[in-house]
Amino acid sequence: MSANHVALLYLIASVLFILALKGLSHPETARRGNMFGIVGMVIAVLTTLALTKSVALIIAGIVVGGAIGAMVARRVEMTQMPELVAAMHSLVGMAAVLIAVAVVNNPSAFNIPDPMPRGNRLELFIGTFVGAITFSGSVIAFGKLAGLGKKFRLFSSAPVVFKGQHMLNLVLALVMIAFGIAFFMAGPEGQWFPFGVMTAIAFVLGVLIIIPIGGADMPVVISMLNSYSGWAAAGIGFSLNNTMLIIAGSLVGSSGAILSYIMCKAMNRSFFSVIMGGFGAAEGAAAQGGEQKSVRSGSAEDAAFLMSNAESVVIVPGYGLAVARAQHAVKEMAQKLTEKGVNVRYAIHPVAGRMPGHMNVLLAEAEVPYDQVFEMEDINSEFGNTDVVLVLGANDVVNPLAEQPGSPIYGMPILQTHKARTVLVNKRSMASGYAGLDNPLFYMDKTMMIFGDAKKVVEDIVKAL
Amino acid sequence: MHAAIDPTIINLTVFVLAVFVGYHVIWNVTPALHTPLMSVTNAISSVIIVGALLAAGAEQVDFGSIIGAVAVGLAAVNVFGGFLVTQRMLEMFKKKERPSEKR
Repeated sequence: MSANHVALLYLIASVLFILALKGLSHPETARRGNMFGIVGMVIAVLTTLALTKSVALIIAGIVVGGAIGAMVARRVEMTQMPELVAAMHSLVGMAAVLIAVAVVNNPSAFNIPDPMPRGNRLELFIGTFVGAITFSGSVIAFGKLAGLGKKFRLFSSAPVVFKGQHMLNLVLALVMIAFGIAFFMAGPEGQWFPFGVMTAIAFVLGVLIIIPIGGADMPVVISMLNSYSGWAAAGIGFSLNNTMLIIAGSLVGSSGAILSYIMCKAMNRSFFSVIMGGFGAAEGAAAQGGEQKSVRSGSAEDAAFLMSNAESVVIVPGYGLAVARAQHAVKEMAQKLTEKGVNVRYAIHPVAGRMPGHMNVLLAEAEVPYDQVFEMEDINSEFGNTDVVLVLGANDVVNPLAEQPGSPIYGMPILQTHKARTVLVNKRSMASGYAGLDNPLFYMDKTMMIFGDAKKVVEDIVKAL
Repeated sequence: MHAAIDPTIINLTVFVLAVFVGYHVIWNVTPALHTPLMSVTNAISSVIIVGALLAAGAEQVDFGSIIGAVAVGLAAVNVFGGFLVTQRMLEMFKKKERPSEKR
């Protein structure tokens, strides 16, 4: 196969990757899109296999890796998707670093002149350190999401902060760049030392960058690492002069960047302040003070009565719902209400889960039809003529303080549940949310609190209907 | 132009255009599918496996080819895992028959 044939086949694969992402614009076209992606990957791999001289090691790698991947994909719980995605980011990062090592070891295996030209060295440097940061950062993110914080403090979901943290990161980054430049200037001899030191520092930096970021900001972190994994792939593509790799990497890089932006906007935080971390360290502190206000609490039976007599009900699921694994019970409740002629809809805040779109997947798993599920912008205008809103395990995203100038979360877009005629809120206790703020919604006259585990409460409502 | 264009410039051209394509395609993705978007982008960025294949497929087994084989394994986890888990999620978004359509 000539180099031109290879390039053309790679071009076909690249177009298929773009079509895979394009398919995701609608649930109906998404599955076909995924098929395009798979076909693109098969073309890319087969084309490359034709260029290789022995396949024994390759087959071993694909069989072992593929079997693990397929098994994990089948077994993983939908609530564990954030952890899985973080783990997968780390693998892309590590693969990028290993490929870079192989390139430094023997450039001619990649059709790169030996000794390696300066340009390739620069690109390799970028691909390597981004890959290394992606790897170790994703490992930390994985640990935080999987709740390993109890065993290892490094994985604590509370931010890990210490004095001079940002200064240390800055110094390390500069030292890393200095060794990168040394690698750039080095010849074939003496290139391993700067390369090794640079990579080691990048691994440490990845850890340091993620530990100060608290659990509430995980949706941003996971999107950001998604972006990094793409840029790492693109960087490797540059150094291998492989346009397909550059295209795929840039698609993923921009995807992650856009998702980070959407998440930041939904939390009304600047990307910079998320990266600097420390948010959520003083949990609960702001909730104190102010007079003891009274709340009205009711039972599951009261809730069932109110909802079955309503014309329209909007359910607002939060992460508490996923933790309690109450999705299926909620679906059953919605079905019973629909049978009684109630118009039931779901309202989803962009940061409702622990990663972008997480709540939609959890509801889809419970077989909630996606046309009953509405995004924030689409349903906010509807709350004014909604009879009953049922908030399940959500807090900050329905906090009307966000509309009050001067409050710490002022400006954060919220689901305007306080405009509905009656609000039912299910929570385990009166504890404040991630932002550590009290929520005036709970004290409104039209609000009724139903305390208890989300799953238990919803099941009781179903029984009472 | 007299001399041939440096491949880095061609790469840069491709890169910039691909970022633009990515920007426009991703903004069109419906927010409901952002989680599948992340898992499928994971699978797509694992096309980095082609670099690993070149290293692992060298004529004789040495340090480089073993490193390459490990990278093939890691990327293969993502390729298979990413596409399959995406498929699994998207199956859940299939349109269901709704018998009680009358209000």
